[in-house]
Amino acid sequence: MLKIWSMKQQQQQAENAEGAAGKKKKKVTAAQLRVQRDLQELTLGNTMKMAFPDKDDILNFTLTIEPDEGMYKGGSFVFTFAVNQNFPHDPPKVKCTQKIYHPNIDLEGNVCLNILREDWKPVLNLNAVIVGMQFLFLEPNASDPLNKEAAEDLRQNRDMFKRNIRASMGGGSVRGVQFDKVLR
Amino acid sequence: MATADRWTHLYKVLSKSGPFSDPDWVPGDETIKSLEESKILVIGAGGLGCEILKNLALSGFKDIHVIDMDTIDISNLNRQFLFRQSDIGKPKAEVAAAFVEKRVKGVKITPYVGKIQDKDEGYYMQFKIVVCGLDSIEARRWINSTLVGMVDMDNPESLKPLIDGGTEGFKGQARVILPSLTSCIECQLDMHAPRPAVPLCTIATIPRQPQHCIEWAHQIAWQDKRKDDAFDSDDMEHIGWVYNAALERSKEFNIPGVTFQMAQGVVKNIIPAIASTNAVIAAATTSEALKIATSCNPFLENYMMYAGEEGVYTYTFEAEKKSDCPVCGNLARKLTVNGDFTLEEFIEMLGERPEAQLKKPSLRTEEKTLYQRFPPQLEEQTRANLKLKLRDLLTSGQEVAVSDPAYTIDFRFQLVFA
Repeated sequence: MLKIWSMKQQQQQAENAEGAAGKKKKKVTAAQLRVQRDLQELTLGNTMKMAFPDKDDILNFTLTIEPDEGMYKGGSFVFTFAVNQNFPHDPPKVKCTQKIYHPNIDLEGNVCLNILREDWKPVLNLNAVIVGMQFLFLEPNASDPLNKEAAEDLRQNRDMFKRNIRASMGGGSVRGVQFDKVLR
Repeated sequence: MATADRWTHLYKVLSKSGPFSDPDWVPGDETIKSLEESKILVIGAGGLGCEILKNLALSGFKDIHVIDMDTIDISNLNRQFLFRQSDIGKPKAEVAAAFVEKRVKGVKITPYVGKIQDKDEGYYMQFKIVVCGLDSIEARRWINSTLVGMVDMDNPESLKPLIDGGTEGFKGQARVILPSLTSCIECQLDMHAPRPAVPLCTIATIPRQPQHCIEWAHQIAWQDKRKDDAFDSDDMEHIGWVYNAALERSKEFNIPGVTFQMAQGVVKNIIPAIASTNAVIAAATTSEALKIATSCNPFLENYMMYAGEEGVYTYTFEAEKKSDCPVCGNLARKLTVNGDFTLEEFIEMLGERPEAQLKKPSLRTEEKTLYQRFPPQLEEQTRANLKLKLRDLLTSGQEVAVSDPAYTIDFRFQLVFA
C-alpha cells in the first residue's frame, strides 16, 4: 500500500481539481445517467408520446405509438419500458400493455425485435429501440413471428391480414381470440 | 503443523528486501504485523471464493471477511472443496468460513450471508483490500462504483484496492483496480460480451435445439400458465415444471436431448466451471493481495488474461482509464452554491461557469429528476422545479448529475450550500 496514496495525490494535483471531499451522499447510478442522456437525445415525432408515472423514476416509463400510416394507422399502442440498473449492458425490457394482433408481438405483449434481445449492444440507445418499435407497425414482418397465426395470415393473404388488423383494433375477435380496442 | 512453522517461508519473504522490492520498503516485523492486521474482504464463496479464502488464509491474512448470498448445491461439490455433501442447502459463506478457520488455526473468518448491496459504505470502509470472485457483471459493477464513490481526498484509507478474478471454462482474468486512479470495471465494460441470446421468435416458433425448448418453457410457457408465480431459479419445483414443459415441447418438435441438468443450466445461465482454471486465477488474485498488503513486491499493473483453451497463453497489459467512464471518469466536483438560488438560477449559473458552460442541461439526483428537457411530457412534469430553491430540492452535499447534448460526457457535481 506504500505508494498508492501518493500516486493518488499526484493525480489529484495534476488535475488541480477541487476534489470530491466531504460526506458522500447517494450517487446517481450509471444507468440513470445514461437514460437521462438517452432521453435528451430522443427524436419522437408526432406519432409517439411518453409518460412517466413517477417523474423521479426515469427508468420506468410508457411509450405510446400512434402510427399515421401503414396498416396500423389509427391505433394507439402503449408499451411499458423497464430499464434495469445494468443498462446499457442489458437492453430495456419492453412489453405491449394491450392484447393486439401483430405477427411480431404475442398475446402476452412480448415483442420480437432483434435489438431488444440478441442484437442488443451497449452502444445502442433508447432512440434506436423506439425507432425499431415504430418500424414494427409500419412493416410487420412474417419471418420472425411471435404470433404464428398472424404471421401466417400476413404471408398467405395480405388483404385478409389487413381486415383482421382492423377488426382486432376495433376490439373484435380474430379466430376466436378477442383483442383489445386500440383505436384512437 | 505448528503455527510458527506454517509461516516460516512467508516470514522469510517479508523479512528481506529482494531485487524487486521498493527501496522505501522496510521488511520485518512491522510488515508482518500489518499483514496480519489487514482486514480483507472476499466477495463470493463459490468456485473462485473457496480457492481465494484458502489461499489468503495460507498467505498470512488473519482477519478475513466473506460475503455470499448463495446456498450450497450438489453441483458445487466437484470443485468447491470447502463443502461436503452434508453441507448441501447451507449458506456458502458460513460453511466456507468455518472450514478454513478449522483448518488454518489463528485465522478469523467472518461470514455474511446476503447481498453485497445490503451493505453500505461504512461497512466497506473497514477493509484494506477487496478481492472478488464473482460470476456476474452486475455485482462487479456495483462494488466497483461503490468503491470508486468512496474515494475521499482527505482520507488515504478510503482508497480500497479491488482485485477482481473471473473465469469461464478454460479462460480467466485477474486484475487490480485502484478505484479512481486506474481503469475500473466500467471502463472496460464493453470487453464483456453480453451473453448470446436466441431470438425470441426462434424460441416461440421454430426451436432447433433442446436449449430452445427450455427457453420456451422458461420464458413463454411460464408466463402463459403461471403468470402469478414469480419464477425462482433456485426452486426445484419451478425448475421441474420448466423441465417437463420443455420435454413435451421437444417431443412435439422431435428434438432429443432435454435433461433436467440442462434445464437448470439454461435457466440459471450456468457457465461451465473448471476447477483448475479457478485455482490459477484465485492464485493470481491472492498473490496480488499479499503484495499490495505488504508492499514486498510490485503488484500487477493491471490486467492479466489467461487463455487455457488452446495450450496456455497469458498476457498482461495495462488497461487504460476511460476519460468518459460513467463511474470513474467524472467524479463529482465540489461546487459551492447559494442554497437560496432557484434551480433556474443555478442552471443559468452553470451556463456561465467557465468549467461547465452548459447550455441545455438536464439534471437529476439519485432519487429526483430535477429538470429533464426532453421528452416534452417529462419536461412538463419537472418544469415546476425550476422555480424552487435548491435547498428545497436537495440537501447540501448531494450529488447532481448533469447531461447536456452539447457534450458527449456527463458531469457530476457535489452541491454544497454556502
